[in-house]
Amino acid sequence: MIRVVLPAHLRTLARVDGELKLEVAGPVTPRSILDALEARYPMLRGTIRDQVTQERRAFVRFFACEQDLSQDSPDDPLPEAVAAGVEPFLIIGAMAGG
Amino acid sequence: MSRVRVLVGTRKGAFVLTADGKRQSWDVSGPHFGGWEIYHLKGSPADPNRIYASQSSSWFGQVIQRSSDGGKTWEAVGNKFAYEGAVGNHLWYDGTQRPFEFARVWHLEPSLSDPDTVYAGIQDAAMFRTTDGGQTWLELTGLRTHPSAAQWQPGAGGMCLHTILLDPKHPGRIYIAISAAGVFRSDDDGGTWRPINRGLVSEQIPNPTAEVGHCVHRIAMHPSRPNVLFMQKHWDVMRSDDAGESWKDVGGNLPTDFGFPIDVHAHEPDTIYVVPIKSDSEHYLPEGKLRVYRSRSGGHQWEALTKGLPQSHCYVNVLRDAMAVDALEPCGVYFGTTGGQVYASADAGDSWTPIVRDLPSVVSVEVQTLP
Repeated sequence: MIRVVLPAHLRTLARVDGELKLEVAGPVTPRSILDALEARYPMLRGTIRDQVTQERRAFVRFFACEQDLSQDSPDDPLPEAVAAGVEPFLIIGAMAGG
Repeated sequence: MSRVRVLVGTRKGAFVLTADGKRQSWDVSGPHFGGWEIYHLKGSPADPNRIYASQSSSWFGQVIQRSSDGGKTWEAVGNKFAYEGAVGNHLWYDGTQRPFEFARVWHLEPSLSDPDTVYAGIQDAAMFRTTDGGQTWLELTGLRTHPSAAQWQPGAGGMCLHTILLDPKHPGRIYIAISAAGVFRSDDDGGTWRPINRGLVSEQIPNPTAEVGHCVHRIAMHPSRPNVLFMQKHWDVMRSDDAGESWKDVGGNLPTDFGFPIDVHAHEPDTIYVVPIKSDSEHYLPEGKLRVYRSRSGGHQWEALTKGLPQSHCYVNVLRDAMAVDALEPCGVYFGTTGGQVYASADAGDSWTPIVRDLPSVVSVEVQTLP
């Protein structure tokens, strides 16, 4: 199971508490995690990546294992610790609040 | 006894204010969707318990919420607003061309007869419609692909389609307004559109009387007389008596004719309300006084309504979608300010009391009159 942490506003929107655990088919990448996330929580479609272009929204970042993975390809494999469920995949609202 | 439900959209959430027909004692619920910008909420005339809300943020984009119990509970519905076909360009602030890009939904206008049909006005300006209660949204492409679209330009708030008026007497007739393009009318339920801006004069565009490019802030009609339209333009308060074919200035003795909202009394089609703002570069009240101006003659002659409103050191604004009227007798008038106050008048504007004083900055106010 893949561990995913959503920002507070998206937890509220998806009506979940705390960390999520997702079954992800195939290679564990940002794209495969978001595909699984949006399939289980359709209300999150469009809030993390654009529904048409599939590009990450500008004020959303992806962190894992103390690394910023936001600029990596959505098809790059995530660190083994994320794929093994040891470390979470963090979806972060950019620090733009002042 | 009748009740009223006031739907308030703010920069940090939605609030639902309810009262009985006396409109003296209010229940306040919210914030709903706390922390998100709520540009607009509106209930269905066909089913008042069905309410739609536009929820958005710079971080997480656009969400549409739907309630089927009068705003007590909500569910997120479809939020995919994809332009159909070639996107095309519009004017940018510096006069260059720029592609249309979706930013947010400014206005939701439920159908007069079907709770599942809703029109959405978006930024960058285009018109969408759902017929399945918000699950899917399809663009009415005839507007954005109008030959004049390359001459549309954004106002200070972005290039928004902010007003949608459904004509109750002429099925299929819709009026919309875009800042800064002007007013457009469709007579075939949104299939085709034409600009109706003759008589508008705007010094901010190269040709002040051009067919498009005018910064129309808001239009309003009385449902019994839909061929008569009232407009608050960037500067100028205007009136049309021929379904928008021509417009005349009715600003008369207003202290300033810049402003955002305009609305019509529920029972007196020639009684209209505006809130004059000092100027387009200041965006606050003149002389620090919060004054609603009322005309009982459809324009030209205006009176200041001040009883119960602050008359010193008040520098708020009242945004374009932040005024509404109820259908009770006497007519109730409501407006919200950028300072977070929502004021109500239960006597057609003669006197005012704040329902709430310290909400986040108010973006929109709608009111439902309930049995």
